[in-house]
Amino acid sequence: MSQEHAIKQTTIDKTTSITGAEALLRSLVAEGVDTVFGYPGGAILPVYNALYDFKDLRHILVRHEQGAMHAAQGYARATGRVGTVIVTSGPGAANCVTGLSDAMMDSTPIVLITGQVGARYLGSDAFQETDVVAVTQPITKWAYQVRRAADLPEAVAKAYYIASTGRPGPVVLDIAKDAQVGMVENYCHRHVNFIRSYNPEPETSPAAIAEAAQLINSASKPMIIAGGGVTGAGADALLQSLAEKAEIPVAATLMGMSAMPADHPLFMGMAGMHGAVGVNVATNRADVIIAIGMRFDDRVTGNTATYAPQAKIIHIDIDRSEFNKTVAVDVAIHGDAAKVLEALLPQVKPASHSDWLRLFAECHQAEDAEVYSRELRRSGSEPMTMGEVADKISATAPMGTIAVTDVGQNQMMTARYFRCSAPRSLITSGGLGTMGFGLPAAMGAAVGAPDRTVCYFGGDGGFQMTIQELGTIMQYNIPVKMIVFNNSFLGNVRQWQQLFFNGRFSQTPLLNPDFVAIAAAYNIAAERVADRADLQAAIERMLDHDGPYLLDIAIDPTDMVFPMTPAGRDVDFIMLTPDTTYSHD
Amino acid sequence: MTESPYKLFTVIIYSENSVGLLNQVSNIFTRRCLNIEDVTASLSSAPGVHKLTITTESDRPTMEKVVGQLEKIVEVIKVGLYTDDDIIYQEIALYKVPTMELLQSHELETIIRSHGARILEMTPEYTIIEKTGHRWEIEALFDCLKRYDIRQFVRSGRVCVTNSPVEHIDLFLEKQRQRQKQSEQ
Ligand SMILES: Cc1cc2nc3c(=O)[nH]c(=O)nc-3n(C[C@H](O)[C@H](O)[C@H](O)COP(=O)(O)OP(=O)(O)OC[C@H]3O[C@@H](n4cnc5c(N)ncnc54)[C@H](O)[C@@H]3O)c2cc1C
Ligand SMILES: Cc1ncc(C[n+]2csc(CCOP(=O)(O)OP(=O)(O)O)c2C)c(N)n1
Repeated sequence: MSQEHAIKQTTIDKTTSITGAEALLRSLVAEGVDTVFGYPGGAILPVYNALYDFKDLRHILVRHEQGAMHAAQGYARATGRVGTVIVTSGPGAANCVTGLSDAMMDSTPIVLITGQVGARYLGSDAFQETDVVAVTQPITKWAYQVRRAADLPEAVAKAYYIASTGRPGPVVLDIAKDAQVGMVENYCHRHVNFIRSYNPEPETSPAAIAEAAQLINSASKPMIIAGGGVTGAGADALLQSLAEKAEIPVAATLMGMSAMPADHPLFMGMAGMHGAVGVNVATNRADVIIAIGMRFDDRVTGNTATYAPQAKIIHIDIDRSEFNKTVAVDVAIHGDAAKVLEALLPQVKPASHSDWLRLFAECHQAEDAEVYSRELRRSGSEPMTMGEVADKISATAPMGTIAVTDVGQNQMMTARYFRCSAPRSLITSGGLGTMGFGLPAAMGAAVGAPDRTVCYFGGDGGFQMTIQELGTIMQYNIPVKMIVFNNSFLGNVRQWQQLFFNGRFSQTPLLNPDFVAIAAAYNIAAERVADRADLQAAIERMLDHDGPYLLDIAIDPTDMVFPMTPAGRDVDFIMLTPDTTYSHD
Repeated sequence: MTESPYKLFTVIIYSENSVGLLNQVSNIFTRRCLNIEDVTASLSSAPGVHKLTITTESDRPTMEKVVGQLEKIVEVIKVGLYTDDDIIYQEIALYKVPTMELLQSHELETIIRSHGARILEMTPEYTIIEKTGHRWEIEALFDCLKRYDIRQFVRSGRVCVTNSPVEHIDLFLEKQRQRQKQSEQ
């Protein structure tokens, strides 16, 4: 699996006797960690003390622990490696809860190290004591408390093994102060690749693969839906081979959007609520759906009772509990997407489905006329839209640019109009939809992938939820290109109020500060774009600039994300405007 | 008439003995609004492997999802889902009844005999009766003793073993040992 680090052999580093804090740092390095995001405090001070003259780790001091979590998520999603965070007990740990929940939902590998009060104070309401394991257990893959220094190396090894293998996820190591200051005799770090109660590499059933191949070979209207698990498995190229071999159209969930290049002729766009018309119409007409590393979220399926009524569904997932969770499947293939696709490919026969593909083209025509035209082809004097900005940046930015979004209209518009050109190029908070995710995540992505351009797309609401991270961007000169869609509204909520609450804009208008002045205070280059005529040049200045750059762009507050399948409606009930729906005969 | 999809299910969870496991397990039930009828924790026949036995009322599709989620807990080794047909099960109950009243009725011996119960302890003040059996049998004895003024009553959770000739946990652990050997190579 791609998450596996370069270091795989057992490394044995024998030294006489070191503190738990130093053992922790050495074990992190032994697990392949080069960067940690963090924030110090009382209960983790011994670790920060050891870090002071430890040269093998880069520590990025964030401005708020939530920022550290999202930065580590951005780092993990851009690199495929485990993101690492170090914070103090109590408030420090509590500030990480949102990020843990987000990482759990989006299967992002994270190790969070929290300081904890001394073992003998545990349970006594000691200063800054929060029962971190109890709080985080339901939102982590594994949460474990270490009370003795001697247990640290193994706990760290287990943490990285669990976070990165199988279905990845966040892990918490809560380290009591005793374990940090206690001594580790004959320190030695051994990788863990076996835990009796945990089997991350399921045996894939050849019979299921054969059955799937047979269904695919006899299909006349097949469709692939690729999800975040394709990227996680590093199966992007295999996905493309499968699609090309049997001429199968590919849709993606929000989390799977960069699994295939957007300009590939077989890539049909996003599935679900704000997805492509063709994909949602085809879902309910397909005879075989091949769902790869996706989990049939309600934003994807709409009404599950009427979802894909004609289709035999083949579901490939590494997590057995995803099968039949929301949608009944016909063939469940339990395994890693890359391994399954490797086994499946030779059994799939070349085919062509030109009639079927025509459906997508026809739907796209209607979508282009009704939606793309309004979003991308406005005349000079009309206010700007998020879609046209994302589209222009996509056309101007270099190959492999990573788009990191916040949550809301900015997220949907970026997903729809930013064209991914390489794997791991759309980083977004999908399952939890955490406003404030974007800016720190972009920061982490830029730290993890210094060779790629990283663009942050956020709304004026979400930007202000983690705006303090501008301080981190300044301090480390992290070259994030920030695009703030300034519509003076909590746009996404405004859209729902417009459509479903009679335009009663309860608590959604925002009075915003001068974002350019704020950026200036952080010594970050910035400009305001209020006219379409200035947009392209401003984008070029931003992309050419060496270092972070902020564009504060005036956006039409009345613009809405379409197409839209309202929550719980049939997936092919597609609104193209507030009062027209798509019908395909 | 269609059978109600709601049934009593017994879930047997084999796990490592780790702090906080019961918490994680019960969370999975509560998230789905499932009421845990009873829980029994004990050692199992496999060395170092713990066993939680939980009964709850639900339908099979829901329970299959619960099992899937339970198996995702890192420390959980294996989970089995059973209905009463698949298992041999017992519960144990203790009844504390005033001795005087029992003796006055002259029925003590009949009650003990007919319910297959036994007397654990008898003092001038109270008598402790023990009954092992199925839930309805324990309830039947309860009903019978009610008129003598039961002072204390307690019923254990279900203890059970499966009636399958194959020990799935042993097979599973053997497979894991093979996997460990491979991982060491
Ligand atoms: C405002 C808003 C609007 C949204 N609108 C939409 C929308 O219109 N359309 C849409 O699609 N989403 C939308 N979402 C996102 C949605 O909520 C879900 O997050 C998303 O659909 C889930 O994507 P996924 O199914 O690919 O699952 P992920 O959460 O990415 O899960 C990955 C799946 O792959 C499996 N997996 C992981 N690793 C592997 C491996 N190595 N091999 C095999 N399987 C693996 C996992 O077990 C899991 O089942 C929206 C979110 C927000 C906040
Ligand atoms: C932390 C958090 N709080 C509330 C929400 C609910 N919510 C979803 S989108 C949205 C509005 C976002 O507004 P803005 O950041 O300006 O972005 P826009 O939709 O205008 O692009 C809100 C409040 C959320 N997703 N996350």
